[in-house]
Amino acid sequence: MSAAQRDDSVLLEARGLRLAFGGVKAADGIDLSVRRGEFLAIIGPNGAGKTTFINMTTGYLRPQGGSIHYDGEEITGLAPRAIVKRGIGRSFQLPQLFTEHTVLQNAALAIAARRGVWHPFAPLLSMSVIDEARELLNRFGLDGIRDSRADSLNEGARKLADIAMATALRPRLLLMDEPTSGVAASEKMAVVETLARVLREAEVTAVFVEHDMDVVERFSDRVAVWSQGRILALGPPGEVLRDPDVLREVIGVAAVDPSAASGAGPSREGAPDA
Amino acid sequence: MRRAEPWLALAGALALVAVAWAAPWLRFILTLALAKGIAVLGILLLLRAGQVSFGHAMYAAVGAYVVAFAAPSMGDVLVLLPMAMLTAGAIGLVIGLFITRYREIFFSMLNLALSMVLYSLLEKFYAITKGSDGIRVAPLSIAGMPMDGPMAGWVMFGTALTVAACFWWVARQYLISPMGEALAAIKTRETRLEFLGVSARGVLLVAYVLSAIMAGAAGAIIAMTSRHVTPLLAYWTSSGELVFIAILGGAGGVLGPFLGAVTYELIRVYAAAAFADIWQMALGLALLAVILFAPGGVWGVIAGLLRRARAT
Repeated sequence: MSAAQRDDSVLLEARGLRLAFGGVKAADGIDLSVRRGEFLAIIGPNGAGKTTFINMTTGYLRPQGGSIHYDGEEITGLAPRAIVKRGIGRSFQLPQLFTEHTVLQNAALAIAARRGVWHPFAPLLSMSVIDEARELLNRFGLDGIRDSRADSLNEGARKLADIAMATALRPRLLLMDEPTSGVAASEKMAVVETLARVLREAEVTAVFVEHDMDVVERFSDRVAVWSQGRILALGPPGEVLRDPDVLREVIGVAAVDPSAASGAGPSREGAPDA
Repeated sequence: MRRAEPWLALAGALALVAVAWAAPWLRFILTLALAKGIAVLGILLLLRAGQVSFGHAMYAAVGAYVVAFAAPSMGDVLVLLPMAMLTAGAIGLVIGLFITRYREIFFSMLNLALSMVLYSLLEKFYAITKGSDGIRVAPLSIAGMPMDGPMAGWVMFGTALTVAACFWWVARQYLISPMGEALAAIKTRETRLEFLGVSARGVLLVAYVLSAIMAGAAGAIIAMTSRHVTPLLAYWTSSGELVFIAILGGAGGVLGPFLGAVTYELIRVYAAAAFADIWQMALGLALLAVILFAPGGVWGVIAGLLRRARAT
């Protein structure tokens, strides 16, 4: 995808977002424009307010100041359901699956949620829903485990199932909170590869919080660096990840982590947890 | 399992008819058991969402009092039954709009509190309800034919069995529909449901109203069978009894409530006859045994046996 083909108009616009938890400023004047079709990575140390931004955009938290516009319409402080209906989906750092249901049923419930859940006598697993659910799972490489219960999956599959459910709603904007955290290093690139392909095919604009700089470098069009509730830097990964201020902020945290002690650089994994 | 269930239901219904015919004195007990099974079916719907109502006997009382009040002017079973269900459903909708905001212990206790409010109203407004003396239900008819003598017992037994079969089918279809599956999703990940754009409150409200309608039908059948209604129908122990039966029968399948209700009533009758003073202990021991050795209830035991039979 070259930048030249992109429609550069703005899909999501945050202006002066503020939110404090007690004395901690999780958002201290966030201004961010997300362009249609781009993959925007959010990086930064723990507690910088990355998840808070996703929570405010999806209606889980109400900002104390500022505004959020989506596709020209103000959505500040709307309830999650109202925001979902407008085409903003999200996935979670800790996958939120229906643990007593199978993977297929999870996908089917997401599809039914989009089509309308209020049919008391038509079975959830009707032929047309099963077809769509299996196609969805197939795209994410999950069809082979469709009959496993959601609580029996490994972390990589859980993350993908979580994101699959969000995409079943056919969002135009998808916010993903650490899609690769907890995924085994060996599966990580495959997971992101799958994800990126699916999202590009569906022409979904994506914002994702990520700690793995390899993933950021390879899959983001722009990177926003969060620090103490502010955006420290914003731009293409090639520039941002070589910015000395950013290196100090992001790598500074990585250096605290003993596993990152050997040859910390911009292309290494940042904070391991959160 | 799902395919075997209708056959099991049919076999169970035939067995009930056979017992009611062979032992006429049990017919009355079995009618009440079927009615309670219908109310417990409503409890089961709420249990799917992880919510326990300790006040659902109030809807049974609503159904029963509708029958008692309306019987003198229009005492036809086919009129009274839908009337009781509609009234219970309407009250369930009003209360449900408020109560589905709450979960778990708050949900349980608010139901309990409201049922006790109804209980006191029924007891205190003597001029209307005759207080704890209760109301005798006027003679009834079915489709215009007066019911009396042994025929009345059979009519009520048949009515209970028919209504039970209808609600069994409704619950069975409902639980595999998106709305029914969403109930289980409330139990595991309510937040996710909201982020899928589904109102968890709405999903729970539908189940709540349905459960109120079922309890209303149960109360109406109890009133028409026993021909006497008292405020005790709304007392918290009656609600507790429904939850007791739900656990005894097992919440895993829609036949559970009926298996539980029949087991419960039979234990109660035989224990009361055998050890008049300590019959509650027999019930208590039965529940203890179920919780310790068969957490899936009577239904769980039967389903397990069937699975084993099929495997060999």
